[in-house]
Amino acid sequence: MAAATKEQIEERMTEALVSFGAERDDVKRDADWESLDVDSLDLVELAQIVEEEYGVKMKEEDMKEMKTVGDAVDFVAERADQ
Amino acid sequence: MSRRVAITGIGAITPLGVGTDALIDRWSAGESGIEEGLGACADFDPEEFLTRKETRRADRFTQFALVACQEAIEQAGWKDGPPVDAGRVGCIIGTGIGGIGTIETQDEALRERGADAVSPLAVPLLMANAASGVVAMSHGLKGQCYGTVSACAAGAHAIGAGMRMVQYGDAEACIVGGAEAGLTPLAKAAFANMGATSESGISRPFDARRDGFIMGEGAGALVLEPEEAAKERGAEVLGYLTGYGATADAHHLTAPETSGDGASRAIEAALADAGLSPDEIDYVNAHGTSTPLNDASETRALKSALGKRAGELPISSLKSVTGHLLGAAGAVEAAATVLCLQRGVAPPTVGWEERDEDCDLDYVPEGARSLEADGRPLRAISNSFGFGGHNAVLCLEAA
Repeated sequence: MAAATKEQIEERMTEALVSFGAERDDVKRDADWESLDVDSLDLVELAQIVEEEYGVKMKEEDMKEMKTVGDAVDFVAERADQ
Repeated sequence: MSRRVAITGIGAITPLGVGTDALIDRWSAGESGIEEGLGACADFDPEEFLTRKETRRADRFTQFALVACQEAIEQAGWKDGPPVDAGRVGCIIGTGIGGIGTIETQDEALRERGADAVSPLAVPLLMANAASGVVAMSHGLKGQCYGTVSACAAGAHAIGAGMRMVQYGDAEACIVGGAEAGLTPLAKAAFANMGATSESGISRPFDARRDGFIMGEGAGALVLEPEEAAKERGAEVLGYLTGYGATADAHHLTAPETSGDGASRAIEAALADAGLSPDEIDYVNAHGTSTPLNDASETRALKSALGKRAGELPISSLKSVTGHLLGAAGAVEAAATVLCLQRGVAPPTVGWEERDEDCDLDYVPEGARSLEADGRPLRAISNSFGFGGHNAVLCLEAA
């Protein structure tokens, strides 16, 4: 799997969140899930996308630690390189 | 004490178009929504009515239900929420097969990409009660809420159950309806292989050449309120739901009882519930699926339950122009029947040409006909029968 840049990961995750119903302008690094109306079902879908595209597993306990878009992007970017 | 149940809102998404006007205008004009052997809601775009999130979190049958209920609720004047305590507003929506489109796409994901690829939205989308739950969420309805599952009688059962809820004070209002979106590869193959659907690709209820039903999709919805409360708040009453009768054939998984006994008993029960004699009925909105068995047994049932009156009444089938909307059929047809009574019109059974000796009643083949009732309100029955031997009949009255 080709290494992805953090920008690419952020763009892909933004695209996913927008497809879940969030407004593109609201999807920023410091936006928390609640402000984007992202719930646990959305997060599972996000985890599926991330695993399929970057080979990174986001477990339930990992997701509990992620409060914002930036948290999730950083989590994936750190592990996508490995 | 039983309260009189008023209908204050109607909504419909059908192959004839989005909304109740398309339904009654086009049917009355003898126009068909069937194309290439299917009754698809081709011009329905969910994102015209729903947010991206609502659209994504609803199977197509739930999308139909949401939009049909939106229309009905707006007509009832509930745009800013129910006019009574939301905890006393019910929501019952029937379906034949629920989210089968979701089942099929998720099964494909499972087989092609493995268990981890199955969406976490699969269950909430495919469950047959999703339509009622999502409609309740969308409008904040917090009373009794569930789905009815009785194949092609599900929409009528939902309306009957909601009627009782309002009649007996279990709710101060109830949103009722039916929804179906089964034009999927598995459902089409399954109905075809059991011999239920038409090989000719033509829906012609009660015609001697009928050879099965045309599959359709869509949803219908009604807002039910006690008459007194509706009038007190100044709502326009569109019609009344005055009787409900439901029975089982206990005969065969798919075939109706040849004599039509189960259906006949349901018609009799609905008339008794409304306190009406056959002579007080002016129109029959038939189940009329275009299958050889249903149309013959329904004709026998009408003759048995209505006696001589069966031969004097106009009887027509909406399925001649929409195909069979399965679990939505009973709700869409009840909605259409209210519109027929409002306008005083019996729309035609489009395409009926050849008389069958087993179907020898007046199916209104020539075009829409005026209904008259000598000064009293017009009244009709709407029949719905489902695989499994479920029969549900509603009595409706003009306002």
